[in-house]
Amino acid sequence: MASTDRLIICEHCDCVYERVELAKHQKALCLRCGAVLQRHNGLDVQQRLALSLTAAILWMFANFYPVMSISLQGLHNSATLWDSVRALATGPITFIALVAAIAIIIAPMFQLLLLLWVLVHALGRRRSPAFSLCMRWLETLRPWSMLEVCLLGSMVAVFKLAGLLDVLPGLGLIALAALSLLMIRLAGRDIRDLWVYLS
Amino acid sequence: MNAPPVASELGLVLCHACGLACDNRDHPTQCPRCAAPLHERKPESLTRTWAYLIAALVFYIPANLLPVMNTKLFGAGDDSTIMSGVLEFWAHGSWDIALIIFIASIAVPATKFVALGLLLVTVQRGSTWAQRQRSKLFRFVELIGYWSMLDVIVVALVAALVKFQALGDIEPRLGILFFGMVVVFTMLAAMSFDPRLIWQPPNGKEPAHE
Repeated sequence: MASTDRLIICEHCDCVYERVELAKHQKALCLRCGAVLQRHNGLDVQQRLALSLTAAILWMFANFYPVMSISLQGLHNSATLWDSVRALATGPITFIALVAAIAIIIAPMFQLLLLLWVLVHALGRRRSPAFSLCMRWLETLRPWSMLEVCLLGSMVAVFKLAGLLDVLPGLGLIALAALSLLMIRLAGRDIRDLWVYLS
Repeated sequence: MNAPPVASELGLVLCHACGLACDNRDHPTQCPRCAAPLHERKPESLTRTWAYLIAALVFYIPANLLPVMNTKLFGAGDDSTIMSGVLEFWAHGSWDIALIIFIASIAVPATKFVALGLLLVTVQRGSTWAQRQRSKLFRFVELIGYWSMLDVIVVALVAALVKFQALGDIEPRLGILFFGMVVVFTMLAAMSFDPRLIWQPPNGKEPAHE
């Protein structure tokens, strides 16, 4: 049983391989279906924790500062991410506001909280309380966290309104851009390496 | 090419939550490492994928026909659908933005319907045609998955910003709800499809024991 730790199973076609050590920029592909089996993980626990803290601060900037502001004939208005979720919460379409809230605010927030929790404990080579529950939630949340889409959507919105009135991108948009890049690096599947690191 | 051994032949099963190769000789129901439920194949994969896909296809119709937002500027109100938004950008010369919205909102969902439909039909026929390419196709469907949420976010932001009562006001409309449902249901469909069926057809029924 202990020996199965060194095995990897391709999740796309069920082929079995032995784990290998990868150098920088290397990745291992499945011979049969071509899926990625392993990727080089360039971050250690400390670096990961530091980046997660940075991301948590950026999350606050992205959420508390307006993503953009507009002006029309002397009238000004600005909107945060939360304002845009609330704009959807009208009448029969309220449900979509919930989906949007999960995708752009709630899922990234929980991902960051869970990452901080497991990484702070991993610093002392310990498993955090409820470690497996946290790790399973990180897997569940990943596909529903859509910050990159939110970033592109915000930029499209800037162009959409630029034709009608004056648009000024806000601090929130810059924070959102940095945050979405960090999340791609942080919340990917290589966090699973903690299972091996902490065993 | 010499194919590597397959997990079921070695009495192993993959844990989808933590990636551990689990000993499957006693058919455990839980991963010994992370306690997630273990399945040799995703349960009822084909039925669930069909159900989500058909639901998404049904929502796709009102999503494209109903207006997604209402723009009222200087008194004149105007409903716009997703396609009319694309055409408007195109007409104003912003072909690049028009292309982004067209790809994210219309091409991506349509691609997902065709690709998942193709995968489902070929798996049900036990086909061994172009297995590697079909595996790639599935990964592509997973990759493009959530980009269709783009329009939902654009409408949300624009509606949150333009709130000047008489002077100008933008409101979301029912179409955006259906559109969001298309995205959610196609994502659920892709998640319930088990790509391993491409390589090992279910032989009429999926492996028993949960």
